[in-house]
Amino acid sequence: MAAAAAALDGGLRVVLVDSGPAPGGQFWRHPPDHARETLPTGDLHHDLRTYRALRAALAAHERTGRLTLLLDHPVWTTARAADGFTVHAVDRSRPPEERAVVLRAPALIVATGAYDRQLPFPGWDLPGVLTVGGIQSLLKGGGVVAGRRVVLGGTGPFLLPVAAALAARGAEVVAVCEAGAPSAWLRHPAPLLRNPAKWAEAAGYAYTLARHRIPVRTRTGIVGAEGEERVAVVRIAALEGGGAPMPGTERRIEADTVGVGWGFVPQLDLLLPLGCDLADAGDGTMAAVVDAGQRTTVPGLYAAGETCGVGGAALALSEGRVAAVSVLTDLSAPGRPGLRPPAAERRAVVRHRAFARALARAHPVPRDWPAWLTDDTTVCRCEEVTAGTVRAARADGSAIDHRQVKQLTRAGMGWCQGRMCGPAVHCLVAARAEPYTPAERLIATPLTLGALADSGEPFTGETPSEPT
Amino acid sequence: MTGAAEETDVPTAPAFTVDGEPLAFVPGQTLAAALVASGRVAWRTTRGGQRPRGVFCGIGVCYDCLVTVDGRRGQRACLVQARAGMAVGTGEGDDD
Repeated sequence: MAAAAAALDGGLRVVLVDSGPAPGGQFWRHPPDHARETLPTGDLHHDLRTYRALRAALAAHERTGRLTLLLDHPVWTTARAADGFTVHAVDRSRPPEERAVVLRAPALIVATGAYDRQLPFPGWDLPGVLTVGGIQSLLKGGGVVAGRRVVLGGTGPFLLPVAAALAARGAEVVAVCEAGAPSAWLRHPAPLLRNPAKWAEAAGYAYTLARHRIPVRTRTGIVGAEGEERVAVVRIAALEGGGAPMPGTERRIEADTVGVGWGFVPQLDLLLPLGCDLADAGDGTMAAVVDAGQRTTVPGLYAAGETCGVGGAALALSEGRVAAVSVLTDLSAPGRPGLRPPAAERRAVVRHRAFARALARAHPVPRDWPAWLTDDTTVCRCEEVTAGTVRAARADGSAIDHRQVKQLTRAGMGWCQGRMCGPAVHCLVAARAEPYTPAERLIATPLTLGALADSGEPFTGETPSEPT
Repeated sequence: MTGAAEETDVPTAPAFTVDGEPLAFVPGQTLAAALVASGRVAWRTTRGGQRPRGVFCGIGVCYDCLVTVDGRRGQRACLVQARAGMAVGTGEGDDD
């Protein structure tokens, strides 16, 4: 949104392609505009003022005809063309109709975000166990509270807003289990001190949690879930430094809902087929390499937000604006009224990026998390491949990465194509220091052969920029 | 205001059907949100272990929440906006 608004302010024509029913990504996940009255979720959003300002700016540009906003348009692939890029989307705005849409543009900004990183544990495939992002999307996008008695676990500050939002909508949050230790922040105080807004945000959540008497247990992990048709009991334990459960500390808590998240994995599906370089993001994931102007290693291709390293919404906004300025510069577009000096925006990127790095260091995936797996714990949810099977593939000496495990065991071969189990399988078999690189998948979202067959004439040949 | 107008003013929630049974929803909700709001967290079984599955990631990444919508199989309930009159089928395996 920020990239599109800045590019439009600078005089470009823009097509903004979004898979959702309202712009805003996962952070500002809103119900569609027609449901503003029936599904009021404004109270659950942080920094709504910025969101509304961006929506207003985009709406103004839409009225002039220079912005084409394509909602409910998942992009299934992107390709390089002689004069730029081809973006292949599916129009799902009028179901059950599904129509192929092909866009061409000389410049492309990809800002596809990230999704929750998951680590398997016994019982994590029971209904009632969700990703924390899933709980948040039901709340923010649908006004729905996933359960009555909730335990949250994993690592990172994202657990706090989800706990606060659940409490605000009447759920009983029994515990927030943070695997990390708050003392980790003290080792890198500088990025904290330079980001007072983050402190204020954290203090707000802390206040809400205190008001609802929600305990935050640090160095604590969810090590199991039990139940028949849905989760009924969650097992938590104090964690040793490496993340293994401390013997004798396990407790059983009754709960009907469990939310788990271990940070995020950049959503690189649209970037990988374009061949841009990736680098270690420092949190166990790979992200797109970008220069100070958010240019990837592919000419004309720019990335903003979590695709160039997970770092939150404020960073994504700054990166989006910087990327738009680069597009304007590179295409030599006339006039750039209303743009902030790129230097200030770049400084904001550097500051937020430093904060994100400190955050990743303070909330690592615990080294010894596989200690809570049993041999019959499901690792790949789609193909129901167990930890024992994955370990056997490694023990044979035949598998050293998640792709080889896939060939040997079918882990990662199902519907989700390894998006859920990939990072975990990688941790189970790969060298410790090596970050997870997702497999390249040409088709990012399923589409019907009918829609594929009618991908005929391009939508327009006059769109200089197409942030997605 | 006439009596007839008063009758039509009574708000009735729109509904879709789940395996033939009507389920009310709030406009703007996805099928998954409406199902969870009604207390359901599982609505299909896996191919191998016949394990119950429902919504997990909520954003279209995990494919756990698959349903059949108006005869189209393999639809992610967390991404499909609920519309009045939709026929949703559950109990879908994941082998197709």
